[in-house]
Amino acid sequence: MQHLPRKPSHPIRPIAVALSLALAAGAVGAADNGKYRIGIVTFLSGAAAGPFGVPAANAAKLTVDTLNAGKLPAPYNVKGINGVEIETVIIDEAGGATKQTEEFRNLVQRQKVDAVIGYISSGDCLAIAPAAEELKVPTIFFDCGTSKVFETVKNPKYLFRTGLDAVVDNVAAARYVVETRPQLKTVASIQQNYAWGQDSWNDFILALKQIKPDVKVVSEQWPKLAQGQYGAEISALSVSNPDVIHSSFWGGDMEALMQQGGARGLFDKRIAVLTAGETGVERFKDQVPNGTIVGGRGPFGAFAPKNALNDWFRPAFTAQYKEPPTYPAYKMVQAILGLKAAAEKGGKAGMPGAEQVVQGLTGLSFEAPSGTVQMSRAKGHQAVQSVSFGEYQYDAKSGKASVTKVKTYAGDCLMPPDGTAPADWIKAGFPGAKCN
Amino acid sequence: MTFQDRFKSTESALVATAVLLAAGAFVMPAWLSFLLTLAFAKALVVLGVVIQMRAGLVSFGQALFFCIGGYGVGLGAQALGISDAFLLLALGTLAAVLLALICGFLLTRYREIFFAMLTLALSMILYGVLVKSSALGSTDGFNVAPPSFLGWEPEGETRKQAVYLLTVAIAAATAVGFHRYLESGLGRVMEAIRENEIRVDYLGLSPRWLLFANYVFAAAISALGGGLTAIASGHIDPDMAFWTTSGEFVFIAILGGTGHVAAPFIGAIVFSVIRTFAIQEAPHYWQMALGIVLLGLILFLPKGLWSLIARRKLQVAK
Repeated sequence: MQHLPRKPSHPIRPIAVALSLALAAGAVGAADNGKYRIGIVTFLSGAAAGPFGVPAANAAKLTVDTLNAGKLPAPYNVKGINGVEIETVIIDEAGGATKQTEEFRNLVQRQKVDAVIGYISSGDCLAIAPAAEELKVPTIFFDCGTSKVFETVKNPKYLFRTGLDAVVDNVAAARYVVETRPQLKTVASIQQNYAWGQDSWNDFILALKQIKPDVKVVSEQWPKLAQGQYGAEISALSVSNPDVIHSSFWGGDMEALMQQGGARGLFDKRIAVLTAGETGVERFKDQVPNGTIVGGRGPFGAFAPKNALNDWFRPAFTAQYKEPPTYPAYKMVQAILGLKAAAEKGGKAGMPGAEQVVQGLTGLSFEAPSGTVQMSRAKGHQAVQSVSFGEYQYDAKSGKASVTKVKTYAGDCLMPPDGTAPADWIKAGFPGAKCN
Repeated sequence: MTFQDRFKSTESALVATAVLLAAGAFVMPAWLSFLLTLAFAKALVVLGVVIQMRAGLVSFGQALFFCIGGYGVGLGAQALGISDAFLLLALGTLAAVLLALICGFLLTRYREIFFAMLTLALSMILYGVLVKSSALGSTDGFNVAPPSFLGWEPEGETRKQAVYLLTVAIAAATAVGFHRYLESGLGRVMEAIRENEIRVDYLGLSPRWLLFANYVFAAAISALGGGLTAIASGHIDPDMAFWTTSGEFVFIAILGGTGHVAAPFIGAIVFSVIRTFAIQEAPHYWQMALGIVLLGLILFLPKGLWSLIARRKLQVAK
């Protein structure tokens, strides 16, 4: 093949072409159409899309459509947000934190959204947190579980989280296990070997040892994320013979673990505690033994209380998407309703500005399908809610699954006061915890 | 035209482009300058891939040094308390060079698929170690505090502009430097090694040590790219070392072409622009949209985007 001769070059032209293309397209993207634009960021591809991202995106679509029609129950029966129609700009969260910081800036500066709701991955939340403050756009994290968000941004103004962090879940799980299984002597762990799994296990065992110091850890298994086959780990767990097996597995991995473990009798005499088990309740059928302890990262999904908003949300979601809403769907509705409540709090008519939303949401108490949400931690930027755990029950005759023996722990029982790191608070013996 | 002239005209074009881009910082929208910052940082790593491709070696693990550069900056800021951007970048680059000096001994013994697989393996080892390090935030990574610039600590948009200008300046300096390198005897002999290594050996040169030097150069600029990415995005995580990241670098190298030092920069910009608009316009199918556009580009331009410019030059020359 003939080699092209290298000649003096002028690389300005192609760069200029690319730049002008980008500029032209950017100008089209920036809409100022009098609608309230919300950027929604959630996983639309990858392993977290099925169990989390897509249900959350569906919930966002349902809620925004219903809000625009003005058909939500009170106190959300005003059309759109403050009477202004809502428009969503949906973005895929896949691709890593660096790309997400780029796309977050694009959402705000190119697509001119008025607020951003999103982020399931903790890494993405950590990366976005400082950018949200810098760009001065109201940003609500609806799902990510890291406790480091408000350690990264110590004096948040524009940043909020309407969901709970994972520490809270695991403190509740530890309390539930000790209260329902007082004879408990040994515990084992199987976690996906990445930040979520490592943090979950650290928090759980720290809390459990604080409540019941004589508990022994007999096995820790760390398969990698999305490994799929857990034969070796299941053998190791069986041999170590614990009373309780704690796992923060989620989505497909969790269902695979429960199926493979169940087939090999791992759960015959041992109880599994699944902190993110709620997404599987409608899917386990008879493949998971009754009595398996499941949590839903808050009062969501199968744990949601009976109220007017839940009476609207659950049937409407089930009718539209042919499956009941899981906890990520609940958390998305909660974030959108929080934003709406905040914007309408001042009573000023018309398009709500960023300052108005931010002031309204700080320290706000608002209603959601999961009950009352209080933004009362991290200087009014972090939600406090109760967390429920219960036991999975499947009725073979009717084919219906449910959660029984539910215990609900108030947020003040599970969360440290502002300014105390969760680990220090647990080690000190939960000072100031108000449990009923 | 003499060699002297050729140097001058390419280099002045590169510098002129850089000046234009730098001046653009004050007129272009903020999102675009951020996109370009990340694209130029990425292009430095791609340049590292390209100089190895010219020697016939495909590195499927260039993300190793990208990640080392990023973590060098992150750890330098967090653990050592350094806040100066230049010091941090130097630290990350130095760490990568030291690692390359060690890995180079092993890797330069291998060619073709064996080289590709070994580079891939090394970067995945780093990924595995980082994922298992709870203290470094495991897969969540950690945030990099905003740096200062020789004592100057800008805020908000000014800071983003400063990072952009720094990236453009470093990219321009690297592009000029590597243009000289590619046109130098050492750079030229890389192509000879690709074509026939044994002949190069018979000419009295040691291909192994030449490839070793080339490998270390590639590591240094890749780390520089990683460090700039860390400073710009303010966050690092183990995904920086994951094989898909390396794959993206190889892909951009093919997209841009290997014919010129400017090619990786053009490739990186085109890739970033197409990707962001694919995400915007097709949130559910953006991977497919991106894939189809890029496949099309490669099908019709097998020698990369640079061949568009090279072809035009050829016609002018005729």
